Amino acid sequence: MPNYSWPPMASRKVMGQRLSRTDGIEKASGRAKYNSDLNKPGMLHAVLLTSPYAHAKVKSIDTSAAEKHTGVAAVRVIAPAGTEIQWAGWEVAVVAANTELAARDAVKKIKIEYDMLPHVVVENDLKKVKTRAKPAGEQLEGDPDQAFKEADVTLEGNYGIPTLTHCCLEPHGQVIGWGADGKVEFNPSTQSVTSIRGDLARLLNIPATDIHVHQDHIGGGFGSKFQPDRWGIEAAQLSKAAGGKPVKLFLDRATELMIAGCRPSGFLNVKLGAKKDGTLTAWQSESWASGGIGGGGSPPIPYVFTKVPNRRQNHTAVSLNTAPIRAWRAPNHQQASYLTCAPLEDLAAKLKMDPLELFLKNANLTQREDTYVRQLKKAAELSDWKKLWHPRGDSGKGPIKRGLGIGVNTWGGAGHDSTARTTIHPDGTVEVELGSQDLGTGTRTIIAQVAAETLGLRVPDIRVKIGDTNYPPSGTSGGSTTVGGVTSSTRKATVNALDKLLAEVAGGLGAPADQLEAVDGKIQVKGNAAKSLTWKAACQKLGVKTVSETGSNVPREAAKEGLNTGGVGGVQIADVSVDVETGVVKMNKLVAVQDIGLVVNPKTAESQVFGACIMSICGALMEERIMDELTGRMLNADMEFYKLAGIKDIGEIVVHFEIDELNDKRGVIGLGEPPAIGGIAAISNAVANAIGTRVPTVPMTPMNVLDTLSGRKS
Amino acid sequence: MSEILDPEKREKRKGRGFSRRGFMQGIGVTGAVAPALLPEQAQAQTPPGVMGPGPVAITLNINGKPMKATVEPRETLLDTLRNQLDITGAKRVCDRGTCGACSVLVNGKVSYACSILAIDAQGKQITTIEGFAMSGGKPHAVVQAFVNNDAQQCGYCTPGFVVASKAFLDHNPNPTYEQVKDGLGGNLCRCGTYVGVRKAVLEAAKMMKGGSNA
Repeated sequence: MPNYSWPPMASRKVMGQRLSRTDGIEKASGRAKYNSDLNKPGMLHAVLLTSPYAHAKVKSIDTSAAEKHTGVAAVRVIAPAGTEIQWAGWEVAVVAANTELAARDAVKKIKIEYDMLPHVVVENDLKKVKTRAKPAGEQLEGDPDQAFKEADVTLEGNYGIPTLTHCCLEPHGQVIGWGADGKVEFNPSTQSVTSIRGDLARLLNIPATDIHVHQDHIGGGFGSKFQPDRWGIEAAQLSKAAGGKPVKLFLDRATELMIAGCRPSGFLNVKLGAKKDGTLTAWQSESWASGGIGGGGSPPIPYVFTKVPNRRQNHTAVSLNTAPIRAWRAPNHQQASYLTCAPLEDLAAKLKMDPLELFLKNANLTQREDTYVRQLKKAAELSDWKKLWHPRGDSGKGPIKRGLGIGVNTWGGAGHDSTARTTIHPDGTVEVELGSQDLGTGTRTIIAQVAAETLGLRVPDIRVKIGDTNYPPSGTSGGSTTVGGVTSSTRKATVNALDKLLAEVAGGLGAPADQLEAVDGKIQVKGNAAKSLTWKAACQKLGVKTVSETGSNVPREAAKEGLNTGGVGGVQIADVSVDVETGVVKMNKLVAVQDIGLVVNPKTAESQVFGACIMSICGALMEERIMDELTGRMLNADMEFYKLAGIKDIGEIVVHFEIDELNDKRGVIGLGEPPAIGGIAAISNAVANAIGTRVPTVPMTPMNVLDTLSGRKS
Repeated sequence: MSEILDPEKREKRKGRGFSRRGFMQGIGVTGAVAPALLPEQAQAQTPPGVMGPGPVAITLNINGKPMKATVEPRETLLDTLRNQLDITGAKRVCDRGTCGACSVLVNGKVSYACSILAIDAQGKQITTIEGFAMSGGKPHAVVQAFVNNDAQQCGYCTPGFVVASKAFLDHNPNPTYEQVKDGLGGNLCRCGTYVGVRKAVLEAAKMMKGGSNA
């Protein structure tokens, strides 16, 4: 059994280096081809017709005029008469034509009659949703009634966090061709090159081996791009109907925001009990959330402080006539972090206690006390907490009020199932192939770093090939599982390939293969650079053969091998200034202290945290899907009114990793999710600290802040 | 469905104010909707030299080369670049002048290609990212600085940012950190790469002064 474990931290030469991503020039120069950039010979453009109504029955649908429209190649009805539409944006019909404009015009010629049905699209008041509420049943731990009687202080509060949409910049969609030979060429925008093939095969009822998937780059996913989706199936059928011509169907922006993924809301009425010293003794909550027609979205509360001894929790799932939720970067955790850390901060304010002290005091209620204590102290240091924190309400003069607040996170992040194939050619070329994908995290780069480290080479010596079903299967990029999965499989495949190469050259070097090593571009007898072959010379010994070996990350074995594990904590502290005359919240600083394992590339790892923090700022201050109760539609399905932070809105972001031997021994741990969790809570707490009162719902838009300050309910 | 395609939404939009893009596309759509101006009237009022309403052959000057295309008058420069000329560095994201992913230079000025009609772009010098990002196999200073500072993740907004950064530096060769934040305010990123972008633009300014790529 070969030894796959990582080389010791101190002796690594490529892993752990701050290297620029290998596809950086390609992307920054505009040469990178995303599947939405493809123009194939004879390609048709398809446009969807979606329902303007949130709840309705299709009475009749007439596509005859659309079919006759110049340039139209195929029309398909997706929702035939009798279909019950459950949300605005539901796919009703689709047209493929030789130009996009012709397809758009033809779609307008489709005549549909609907029977309107009553809809519910807003859930901030649980009483109003009536029969749409489905209580999940009470969870009871300990004796909360007794604990509240004995508590020195109790706090009651209401909090809300809205539905967000993923708003991937590259919309969902694909180019797909279904030829007369039965073969399907599928170019989707996907987070799962390997599994989307099987999913599409099942939906089209054809063998998976008849489908080839290829994707070089993806323009954002964040958890919303796993499935082939209705538009994938329909585009395939349109292609088939049009004699196999490739069909391009990417969603327009409004449809993207309406139906291609959203994060569930979360609402909470909570009562906390505590001792005078801040020790939490009881939690009682009524929470509700909606994830669309199927309900869904149950935040794990109390978050991180899971060991509150006495708890009574009632959660209600609300079914709405809105498009279904999809996984969103750390599903349910942002909501849970906010819905826990905000009341904790309010409790500290009621106790006239420093919330940092309250969080530290209760760290023993978490699963990783030492980590959180260390991180809270580090984050406090980096945010200048001692100097800048003040009791609730900035007492300074003038309209600008400054405040600080804390949020916490936890996540898993162990590696997924992944197989890699490493091939060494007689000319010294090295290829590593995986059916994986680079979401922008730098997956290509870290694969190259692992292979180069293993072979004693440099990153430019490694050709990484991903994004194709001709390569070995690799897992879905979700849940921060990719980095652990692909580094481990690459390590194993490359160790296996190297062992084969060493066996080939051992004779020539006069030493057994297990006495050879690959370092600094050479194969040499261990510790003896005099007895060596250059990499090229060694590979030439292969003659006409190539060495090609696979290796797999098997999640249940990975921890034993020491290659990857999961389970991290993190702390974020926000520093904000609020203008109480305009309601504008300005970010001064966001500090992220993140628990981490072995870091393959600190540069791209930091970028993950920067991005996660910025996403939190968007969620705390700007983003919100706004539904119109009357029409049942999303009012801000565009990028003017569905707001994202710009380059000026983010303040300073400080990232602190604990990169050391101890953490390194935990192996690789995923990083995409955890730092995206605690920022919203931290910013909400900072605003409360600044203005002296809780803005009970996010996003904390100027209107929301002013309403809170004037005692209005927004 | 795009807002432009939905009469009810467009009605609502009218109340929100005038949309040049929605208006222009409405004009091109005959019959199915009630645009502000009927096509017949539009034609009757149009002075000589106005093109359309059917497809027209045009020549655009793109990256210093004349390129021919046949476009409908309602077709945007962005869609002409992407769908007809296979110049795909500019991306279609918001498609209505908010996000900057489609940024190109028109006569040296950074512009949203989604908000310019192809026919209006005739006779102008259009520079896309393909026109300057690489020269002689060497990346432009802005491109290199974006890579050095990891100012990109998924990369879909990146070409727009690079174009906007180049235009910004062409006009502001010695920017301060604060000026960079103001100057790049017309572009949006979803992955959150702004920290890198700020550093990249400052580094590119230094590199360009050093003559590495002007």
